[in-house]
Amino acid sequence: MSGWQQHLPVFPIVLPLLAAATLLLLRGEARRPQRAALALLATLAQLAVAGILFAMADARLPTPWPAEIGVYALGGWAAPFGIVLVVDRLSTLLLALTATLGLATLVYSLARWSRTGVYYLPLFQCLLLGLNGAFLTGDLFNLFVFFEIMLTASYGLALHGSGLARVRAGLHYIVVNLVGSLLFLIAAALIYGVTGTLNMADLARRVATLTPADRALFDSGAALLGIVFLIKAGSWPLNFWLPATYGAAAAPVAGVFAILTKVGVYALLRFETLLHASGAPAPFGGQWLFYCGLATIATGALGMLAAQRLDRLASFLVIISSGTLLAAFGFNGTTLTGPALFYLVNSVLGTGAFFLVIELAERDRTAVADLLAVSFEYFGVRDPEDPAHPDEVVGAVIPMAMAFLGLSFIVCALLLIGLPPLSGFIAKFALLAAAIAAAPDAANALPSWLFVAVLLLSGLAGMIALSRLGIRVFWDSTRKTPNLQWMEAGPVAALMLLCIALAMGAGPAMSYFNVAARSLHDGRGYVESVLASGGVETP
Amino acid sequence: MEIVFALAIGVMIGSGVWLLLRPRTFQVIMGLSLLSYAVNLFIFGMGRLRVGAAPIIDPLQGSQPTLYADPAPQALVLTAIVIGFATTALFLVVLLAARGLSGTDHVDGREPDQT
Repeated sequence: MSGWQQHLPVFPIVLPLLAAATLLLLRGEARRPQRAALALLATLAQLAVAGILFAMADARLPTPWPAEIGVYALGGWAAPFGIVLVVDRLSTLLLALTATLGLATLVYSLARWSRTGVYYLPLFQCLLLGLNGAFLTGDLFNLFVFFEIMLTASYGLALHGSGLARVRAGLHYIVVNLVGSLLFLIAAALIYGVTGTLNMADLARRVATLTPADRALFDSGAALLGIVFLIKAGSWPLNFWLPATYGAAAAPVAGVFAILTKVGVYALLRFETLLHASGAPAPFGGQWLFYCGLATIATGALGMLAAQRLDRLASFLVIISSGTLLAAFGFNGTTLTGPALFYLVNSVLGTGAFFLVIELAERDRTAVADLLAVSFEYFGVRDPEDPAHPDEVVGAVIPMAMAFLGLSFIVCALLLIGLPPLSGFIAKFALLAAAIAAAPDAANALPSWLFVAVLLLSGLAGMIALSRLGIRVFWDSTRKTPNLQWMEAGPVAALMLLCIALAMGAGPAMSYFNVAARSLHDGRGYVESVLASGGVETP
Repeated sequence: MEIVFALAIGVMIGSGVWLLLRPRTFQVIMGLSLLSYAVNLFIFGMGRLRVGAAPIIDPLQGSQPTLYADPAPQALVLTAIVIGFATTALFLVVLLAARGLSGTDHVDGREPDQT
């Protein structure tokens, strides 16, 4: 058994940790290039590791693990007593997504944003550390610790660049998440007190053997845990902190925050599949998640129509994407999970790119210009015309920067609304097709058609809101052409090209997601792999 | 002992929630601190309350589990205290920044009677 492959699962945690610590040591203005190089190198290495793990979990590379699911016992302590990292298709997919989005936003921020405050790069690595850890860990309390690492880093990043708007939104964000963390602790303690284990696989096995009295306590603990995950996922009615925080955050930070809500969705999905065999309590089982998701989509759509600024609009797009995922995962049966994973990848890449594009497009505009887009239309107010050059803008050659931004905006809009021909359409089409295919079953008829209607209506709302604000931002004759740097345009283009590649390879991608969903819903594989793993053999 | 313990947690949670819902940032941070104390006690209590039982195995007494307290919740409490301490300190900094930037200690960054 080769050593390096066996230890690969711990690298997504060790790499950013070492990078963050080393970045703190490299101080001073003169060391800026070294810091940037180190951060880039660490993120590239994470992407490489995530790529190898991704291939290993899909059995494209030889693996040292007996089953498809890889288990790494930290410190060699065997599960269920030690803490394990679990590598399966879903977790490696999200690892790869984190590293991709992290790399793109990091490159973008190196051009400009990383200089507007101290400790941006170490905090960024800590955020990646928390995300990677949360996706990999197989232990409930460890999940709490990685959540905290991720959130603490995100507090610092949300405030990056300072300013009243960020601090005001950050204050609310921190309070909500601190309360969420306290609920997480209560839930973890309750679950430990009843089942006597924190290992997620062992937990899934022991729940079935609880007495009814203990079972009631466990269900309360699980419900609290579900509330925490719903807060993180930005589900209605726990998402009022999200638009202000994401809208106020610096563009690359908001871009990487696009995956933060998906951690909550991931945790919900993971526990739902693990607890399914023994009758998952609310909100993991039953119809709760589905209707929460629908309500979230509705609030997102309404908020988007009311949004006056593009950054706020983008935050509501994040809410819609969370809502769609919650509704799809909460849907009765498992047929929607595969398409939902496709939607997840598409929406994370799309929203990440969108946050970057709107910052580029709005950079040179005054804050007042886009303040009241809706009121302008309502009152029929036209842009003030320049009397000296009345016709100059007509037929003028669009500069390349403007053409790039406009094209990027349209591509992002198509991706996020789900219009053809890009991957957003394929994701949404697959979701709708799966929902309609489930409709003939009498139990599913109402949820299916509700889901189809809400999804289509939210797409319509998105189209109206995006085209309205897009027209105000891009067809503004008074605007200057923004300066575009390669380091800022490159990551945006790369994220969009990835989405286009996803659309081109939709067939293989979709079959991969379906395999991932099937192995996920077969919770026994996870439980058996973890509990049979034992410690790491000493070489 | 259980009743006293439960009452202590309940009183702290109640006061903490009330303070958390107050409009001033200082009240919010006090509420969060009280809540985190209550949660720490709660985690501790989930290992079952025992008097005079050590969580570490003593070679002289043997490894009979009934002789010892559950060490896992105590380890969890330690982690929770450290994380709670760090996040409270961080929140205190943000609170001061908000006070400095907005000139008020209201959680919304402006007095409610102002427009």
